[in-house]
Amino acid sequence: MPNQQHSTPGAGVSRRGFLKGIGVGTVATGLLSPVGLKDALARENGFVGPGEVPVTLNINGQNRALNVEPRVTLLDALRNRLDLTGAKKVCDRATCGACTVLVDGHPVYACTLLAIEAEGRRITTIEGLGTPTNLTPVQQAFVHHDAQQCGFCTPGFVVAASAFVREHPDATLDEVRHGLGGNLCRCGTYAGMMLAVVEAAKAKGGA
Amino acid sequence: MHAAPWPAAEKRTLIGQRIDRIDGPLKTTGTAKYSYDINRPGMLWAKVVTSPYARAQIVSVNLDPAKAAPGVKAVWKDDDLSEVQYAGQIVAAVAAETEEQAEEAARAVKIEYKPLAHQVVDSDPARFDSKKERVGKRETGNVDDALGKADTVVTGEYGIPVVAHCCLESHGQVAEVRGGELYLWSSTQNVSGYSDRLGDEVDIPQNKIHVECQFMGGGFGSKFGYDKWGVISALLAKQSGRPVKLMLERDIELMTAGNRPSAFAKIKVGAQKDGTVTAFETDVWGTGGMGGYGPPPMPYVFDRIPNTRLSSRGLRTNRGGQRAWRAPNHPQGCFLTMSAMEDTAAALRMDALEFFLKNVALTDRPEIYTEELNRAAELIGYKQKSHPRGDPRPGPLKRGLGMSIHTWGGKGHPSDCDVTINPDGSVTAKLGSQDLGTGTRTIIDIVVAETLGLPVEAVRVEIGSNAYPPSGASGGSTTVGGVSASSRLAATAALNALLEVVAPKLGVTADALEAAGGRIRQSDKPDNSISWKDACALLGPTSITKRGSNNPDESQKLHLIDEGVGGAQMADVSVDVETGIVTINEMVAVQDCGLVIDLKTAESQVYGALIMGITYSLFEEAVYDAHTGRMLNADMEFYRLAGIRDVGQLKVHMMTGKGYDERGVVGLGEPPVISPGAAISNAVANAIGVRVPELPLTPDRVLAALKKGGMLA
Ligand code: FES
Ligand code: FES
Repeated sequence: MPNQQHSTPGAGVSRRGFLKGIGVGTVATGLLSPVGLKDALARENGFVGPGEVPVTLNINGQNRALNVEPRVTLLDALRNRLDLTGAKKVCDRATCGACTVLVDGHPVYACTLLAIEAEGRRITTIEGLGTPTNLTPVQQAFVHHDAQQCGFCTPGFVVAASAFVREHPDATLDEVRHGLGGNLCRCGTYAGMMLAVVEAAKAKGGA
Repeated sequence: MHAAPWPAAEKRTLIGQRIDRIDGPLKTTGTAKYSYDINRPGMLWAKVVTSPYARAQIVSVNLDPAKAAPGVKAVWKDDDLSEVQYAGQIVAAVAAETEEQAEEAARAVKIEYKPLAHQVVDSDPARFDSKKERVGKRETGNVDDALGKADTVVTGEYGIPVVAHCCLESHGQVAEVRGGELYLWSSTQNVSGYSDRLGDEVDIPQNKIHVECQFMGGGFGSKFGYDKWGVISALLAKQSGRPVKLMLERDIELMTAGNRPSAFAKIKVGAQKDGTVTAFETDVWGTGGMGGYGPPPMPYVFDRIPNTRLSSRGLRTNRGGQRAWRAPNHPQGCFLTMSAMEDTAAALRMDALEFFLKNVALTDRPEIYTEELNRAAELIGYKQKSHPRGDPRPGPLKRGLGMSIHTWGGKGHPSDCDVTINPDGSVTAKLGSQDLGTGTRTIIDIVVAETLGLPVEAVRVEIGSNAYPPSGASGGSTTVGGVSASSRLAATAALNALLEVVAPKLGVTADALEAAGGRIRQSDKPDNSISWKDACALLGPTSITKRGSNNPDESQKLHLIDEGVGGAQMADVSVDVETGIVTINEMVAVQDCGLVIDLKTAESQVYGALIMGITYSLFEEAVYDAHTGRMLNADMEFYRLAGIRDVGQLKVHMMTGKGYDERGVVGLGEPPVISPGAAISNAVANAIGVRVPELPLTPDRVLAALKKGGMLA
């Protein structure tokens, strides 16, 4: 076989790599007071990137200003820039739900949203839903029914379940099975989880 | 003096109860910090560069373009590597300021390969040069003679593919070098032993390596060593002078960080008319990728079949090396054996339960299996629901029942524990163990609290660091026995020291005292007592710290721990013979595990094992392309895990109480994951009337088996 020159696997343009090039007109420079993407876009004639751009994210009721490249996902912004590590990175491709956060009250895979897309929306992470000494009804039910083992999937499930019980106060087991079908657990905690979510739904308004 | 063995049943207030996992609140709130979550000041991100080829010569590695990429602070390549032997093998790595920059820089590394011939297909041994294989042979009795004399000889072919571990927290760690010392936050099943040989590789003495793992997102047998990525992250941290986070990408994790070996077999079973099996012949092969291969135990559990023959071949394929996967080799041996056994029952037109009950005489624990099979039959409604092979009812939906039995050792590993009682009454237990999600922290807490007569909240448990007394790696269901014995021994010793101090105050000798209900009291005159807090105040300024060391053989003699369990499982499935889709209606697990410390987390282990078992029975397979040698489903969309909709109704029954508790503690993580493949496959055969020979039971395989059996229009 002839020698072949190859770059590394995955070479070429990734979806997110591609996004970083979108709308590149002027390079945003000298942004001294990052107030948000909207301001930057206005100032730069509607084009920002591929370098860092300012965004302001409303997370758990607080405005957090940061600079990120346009290709950075909401999940990576939370975990890597803001040290909000409750949402986990597992598949990074919208399959497992470990990264679930609420955006305007609805569960969303944070790995599928760019941080810049999340500006102006209300983001709730697991950190905004109860504390170890002040658990929400959903969290209490998860503990009581042992709906966690390693716990790596648990924050994603708790966030998804919190949104679910708010919308399904009298959820049946069957509805729970459908409602939480977008999250995966490797340790196999579904048995306790079904009981936990039904119980929390009865306690109403878990989050 | 109090002796270490477990308190009598009527004296236990915590042990054996359903107690909430003590770190549940940390996990449900996202407060628990896993290795992946550790963000250190000034931390860099590392990404590895891996081979796209299943086998290739490395002609050159050029790191310069990566070095020049934005944000890059350190680079590494494997100077000793001249040939890659599987796709996904690590060749180089980079560390950069941000994760995105590291990804981009990794793509910039230029590697020139010269592809070489590879082999990734493991289902067909004819593709391999038989002279190069590891061959094993073993025979007991006289198989040819026994098969000749048998009333029935049943032959079958079965297969169970390579599956991945797919830990939701991928493998990796954060590494930091500070003042010549190496600090590691590793996702590991082995904090105490993690750094054993790492020191030499990174040129930092072992006594300057600090390993921490407070929470880890699953291991299942794939996270014992520091691995290549452990070395790389430490070297990148040294080179850059900055902390480095290196967690594997999902595709690399699925390809290389844990493969359960495959097992394919041709099996011949000889049986008498009454169902008694007299001969069992297995010709088995499989692959551990670039790792070793040992054949599964065959025939599984039915060790006393008088005439057995096993020939085995380990096929070396260009895939990531195998790693221990929950109950190494048992799910494979179980699936192969129980499928062949059930096929024999069907050939004899015998009820499967009757057949299994007849043949448990050929196992090491006939009474336990009999009790467990009968209990499982009751729980699943076997009498009402069972039918001979092939659901006779009309319509496309066929329903069937299947069963399996399994065994495991589960003897506690060596473990040291320090228990400290402070003058203010607070208590700490420290040991270099780790909690994989099994509930290790909670177990230790319960044992110490029970021993000292305190509530669970009164004890602080510190684990997950190699600064604590060494404890074994968490593998093979050895942890619960190890840590419960060492913490029982340590807490007992600490209590005895306290009783010596308290005794004069209560006017008795120490051996007349006991700790219960938050007090120290005279055993036969409970009114003569002192509160725990006041008792500890008598210590003056000095705490008591006592070490407990679990010597497994000694502890076994004391009945603190034991080994060897049996379990039985049954599955109730529906199969749509038009689409080939298998649905789990119900699964029942009946499991013996000696003395249960926490019934709640123990049951969780079994539920979890059933679900993991359903997953490998219905969905899991590392699919490789023969031509490119690459894994085709190295992502979580196509390497599917069961979701909450896929698992049906689950029932768990723990064999506890008299006759079981006296044995002491036995590990539980592995045994219940062994049987699901066999039970579900047997249920599918019972439903549709033919054997689907290979797992996972995907629609295409089900339809192919129906077609082969002449049962598709
Ligand atoms: S990490 Fe976002 S769905 Fe899996
Ligand atoms: S608890 Fe481990 S992945 Fe769900």
